[in-house]
Amino acid sequence: MSSFLKYISGIYTALKSLLIGLTVTWKELWTKKVTMQYPENRETLVISDRWRAELIMPHDDNNEHACTACGICMMNCPNGTINVISKMVETEEGKQKKALDKHIWDYGMCTYCNLCVITCPSDAIIFSNDFEGAVYNREKLVHQLNKEGSKLREKKKEPVAATPKPQPTAPKEPVTQKDEAPKASNDATDKAENKTDL
Amino acid sequence: MLLTYSQPLELTNVSKALDTFLKTYMADFWAYLIEFVIVGVAIIATYAIIALALIYIERKITAFFQARLGPNRLGKYGWIQSLADMVKILIKEIIHINNVDKFLFYTAPFFVIVASFLAFGAIPFGQGLQAVDFNIGVFYVTAVSSLGIIGILLAGWSSNNKYSMIGAMRSGAQFVSYELSGAFALMTIVVMSGTMQFSEMVEGQRYVWNIFNGHISSIIAFVIYMICGHAETNRGPFDLPEAESELTAGYHTEYSGLQFGFFYLAEYLNMFIIAAIATTVFLGGWMPVQIKGLDGFNQIMWYIPSWAWFVGKTGVLIFMSLWVRWSFPRLRIDHLLNLEWKYLLPINLVNILVMVIIVLAGLSLSDLFPKLFGI
Repeated sequence: MSSFLKYISGIYTALKSLLIGLTVTWKELWTKKVTMQYPENRETLVISDRWRAELIMPHDDNNEHACTACGICMMNCPNGTINVISKMVETEEGKQKKALDKHIWDYGMCTYCNLCVITCPSDAIIFSNDFEGAVYNREKLVHQLNKEGSKLREKKKEPVAATPKPQPTAPKEPVTQKDEAPKASNDATDKAENKTDL
Repeated sequence: MLLTYSQPLELTNVSKALDTFLKTYMADFWAYLIEFVIVGVAIIATYAIIALALIYIERKITAFFQARLGPNRLGKYGWIQSLADMVKILIKEIIHINNVDKFLFYTAPFFVIVASFLAFGAIPFGQGLQAVDFNIGVFYVTAVSSLGIIGILLAGWSSNNKYSMIGAMRSGAQFVSYELSGAFALMTIVVMSGTMQFSEMVEGQRYVWNIFNGHISSIIAFVIYMICGHAETNRGPFDLPEAESELTAGYHTEYSGLQFGFFYLAEYLNMFIIAAIATTVFLGGWMPVQIKGLDGFNQIMWYIPSWAWFVGKTGVLIFMSLWVRWSFPRLRIDHLLNLEWKYLLPINLVNILVMVIIVLAGLSLSDLFPKLFGI
């Protein structure tokens, strides 16, 4: 008799669990679909900020960057993707000083490990998330990160010269600039130039 | 003439007009000959169109269950996709395999598709839209739809491939077992409606569907029939004859091009046929929803053509079939046979007895409340 009860209760539990399964899939039927329709949704596409796609050197409005040509990024790069070419320039005081000539980064060789960005002492380079980097020619993968005619951003001396009070604000300035920098680099004109390159 | 005004969208109007037109211009013999040809072409065309529509619908609904969008590149919402698939399958090369039993190998797909055609012809699609109205309709459909298994077994055997063979054997075991329960479930309803003819069955469900008329017994029979239908079509959780991960593609592993297309088409159409028979037998077929006494309401319901009712009800059942398919994991072969022989069959046998008692004791809804549900 107990086996018969087991048989009946087995049917009952089976039906119950099947119905639970059906309700789960029923809810799933009405969930938001996760498919991204890529070329069409270009305008609204959201890429994670942490996505490392292309190494860029942010330039401000005066065409100035923060790279001091120290070469730490080049030394830290595991597979020699970065090549920093420096030059010697004469300052106003007549001193010889090292400055950046060309910052070369090879898109095709980069493993996107982020070590260059982490180790850069002056936060001169960052990874943007503009991922559409395909080109027809391998030479086009080699990017020069500093723009034509750009120069090193001079350190601002006013906060130091003025009263000691505003000093705490001084370190903030580079931070704000750093925040603005990626936006500037993602300018539409910038992108358009890249597109025409293809 | 009254029909034209009260049911303007009915396809019977067209067929009657054609009939009178033909008969005014030629002898009855030639008129009938032309009509036979037209009916045959119409059935083949409907078969193909339904298959294409089903493939599209299945892919879309499957995608929605998996939080995807499904085909969406070809045409608006991807509606041309299955047409493109059809063209592709038609122009694909049929690969000739060396060590197969040639005759059986090339005959097998025809068994499958002819069986499904034969069953398809007997389905009442709407009022008067039925190619053959046998007085043993239910029996006929059960009989011819079981012919398909010959094709599957032949395909597996003649392929000379152990995967195909195992797939075909599994399919055979599954089909033969579940056919039994499926037929018993239909028999339960035949006991209640007292006829095997589809048209009379539909007529008998004018005011109350069979699934409600026999209450407990009918509902159990309906559930069992749907489970068996799934198993017979090798779909849903019962698709182990073509379990890709173990058997590549089961019995149709060696087939390519149009021959594979036949198997594919037959599979989808069998799904439709199962849903259509369940609609006709349990859910009132093409009969619109009618309530006794409310003539105005009934008339409005009749304005919706009967084929639309049929397609609607069948569509709901097909959706249920897809829903089940994407909810449950595949059964193991011993579980599958356990389910049939230890559960469905005994329940079914008891269920028929219960139905007989319901009918003899006058406990069906139409007997209990003749004013509401009686014909």
